[in-house]
Amino acid sequence: MLKTIIPFGPQHPVLPEPLHLKLTVEDEIITGVFPALGFVHRGLEQLVHIRDFQQMIQVVERVCGICSMIHATCYCQGIEALMEIDPPPRAKFLRTLWCEVHRIQSHLLWLGLFADCFGFESLFMQFWKIREKVLDINEATTGNRVIVSVNVIGGVRRDLSTEQMQWTCSELSWVQNEIACLKATLLSDYTVKKRTVGKGVLSKDKAFELGAVGPTARASGIAQDMRLLGYSALDQLDFEPVVETDGDCYARSKVRFQEVLQSIDLIRQAVSRMPAGEIRTKFKGRPAGEMFVRVEQPRGELFYYIKANGTKHLERLRIRTPTFANIPALLGMLPGMWLSDVPVVVLSIDPCISCTER
Amino acid sequence: MQPEIISVSADTLVGEVARAKFEGFRFVTLSCTESGGDSVDILYHFDKDLRLKHLRLSVLKCSTVPSISAVYFAAFLVENEIQDLFGIRFEGLVVDYERTLYLDPEVAFAPFCTVGAQNSNREQTVTQPGTADS
Amino acid sequence: MFQMMPNILKNLFFPKATRRYPRVVRSPFESSRGALFNDIEKCTFCSVCELKCPSQCIRVDKKAATWTYDPFACVFCGICVDICPPNSLYQKSAYRLPVAGRELITLTGVPRPKLEKKT
Repeated sequence: MLKTIIPFGPQHPVLPEPLHLKLTVEDEIITGVFPALGFVHRGLEQLVHIRDFQQMIQVVERVCGICSMIHATCYCQGIEALMEIDPPPRAKFLRTLWCEVHRIQSHLLWLGLFADCFGFESLFMQFWKIREKVLDINEATTGNRVIVSVNVIGGVRRDLSTEQMQWTCSELSWVQNEIACLKATLLSDYTVKKRTVGKGVLSKDKAFELGAVGPTARASGIAQDMRLLGYSALDQLDFEPVVETDGDCYARSKVRFQEVLQSIDLIRQAVSRMPAGEIRTKFKGRPAGEMFVRVEQPRGELFYYIKANGTKHLERLRIRTPTFANIPALLGMLPGMWLSDVPVVVLSIDPCISCTER
Repeated sequence: MQPEIISVSADTLVGEVARAKFEGFRFVTLSCTESGGDSVDILYHFDKDLRLKHLRLSVLKCSTVPSISAVYFAAFLVENEIQDLFGIRFEGLVVDYERTLYLDPEVAFAPFCTVGAQNSNREQTVTQPGTADS
Repeated sequence: MFQMMPNILKNLFFPKATRRYPRVVRSPFESSRGALFNDIEKCTFCSVCELKCPSQCIRVDKKAATWTYDPFACVFCGICVDICPPNSLYQKSAYRLPVAGRELITLTGVPRPKLEKKT
């Protein structure tokens, strides 16, 4: 049997960012995968030597365009833990609220791209139409659509009035109703099921061994969600991770769909339990020491290692994003697939390559 | 509250990592940082039930470190990245890109450039290391 | 198989979801962070904005009393607005319109006299 090597990427219609896979194919069935990265490596971790630790918040937000608030939250939490600053409770609730809004918009983006990758363009447009409303919520409450820049060390920069919070909840009710109309199309349609059920199966043991994180792991039956750590007001909200057991692309899309509804519920809980008070604590001094922080990004577990030595520049900032952990899991999913299923499987891990390569 | 980090040496590294795997720890990542002078610190992070465990390995800059990708396959990607970004070589890598993951094949030495900060925020110097390492 | 039909019928008979930009422009939200302006009469040229800017797009010359701003390097984060001591910097809610050439904005004000030290 002759083997062919087919390059997938770095430019591909389904990929939002460049990723190169060398697929070894025998008779249209994948037998081997060899990934190549490095197309969007910007060297952002080196910027700690040039920008001081407060300016780094803006740099860290721009590691990823889709999940930027969560990067900033993780960074601020790390510096606050190093300097032993406790942000006020209202700031923690506001951070949780905006992080969950970000999660909704990231999952809606993915749901649209997923529909697009097997050709269902009208469903893609419907999901992105709903996503526009979520981006309007971001702009009206924080000032910007995606890179919101509301985090500072010690709290948040903007406050929400009661009217704004009620308006947010009513807009999210509209989002919830619209998504309910699309649920049947996404999850019960015959063609969608034909393209996703049984594709890219990752068993529970293999997912654990290959270090899968986020919805990729939760769809294989591992109930792992960093929000259970209870950072920034999540310990005061009721929350259970969404878990499926099949481990294929269909299970992953079900997990992400349920997480949108779960995030809307978390935002409603946060608004009802929001305490009054300040949004920011002042601080003096510079960070020193080492700290490890983990938060839950829409794609999985985000891990930060911050090392500071008492000057205004940090010594080292190491960012490990969830797509970096999911790429070995992707290599475990692909062998045995048909060549035409590769775009669907690659997109089902929600690749965010600009996060991966910083 | 400083996190707990266990120090290992190059000989005991693979044994400690295999013990972590036997105890059911999930591999999170490796972090590499310069620790002053000629040495770098490589930190290994593992997770079990939302609890982190760390191992620290201090080596000299142009040295060779045993790879843990035979124990945890997922480590091969981050070990290749450290090979590209710092002057470390890993021995026994399951999949070895030989410094072409981020760098071009023509680049002879790693790290390719280092960026330093001057007194004010405005100026930065970009230097290329004068000597090529092994 | 016909799950998408209600959506298709709704889209056929209801108005469009898209706006005919640039003929129809949505007015920006009140708290949107748009273009940055400086009220040069109030500016004291203390250069705090220059020190704190994450993208280093502001240059202040205290002696010549000039404030130079690169609107294309600015990321509109609003940090300079928050920390400006005389509150001379402000952001409007609309973005700058696209232009053909890239240019810096330089504003010149009145140099502040040095304050006499109180004994």
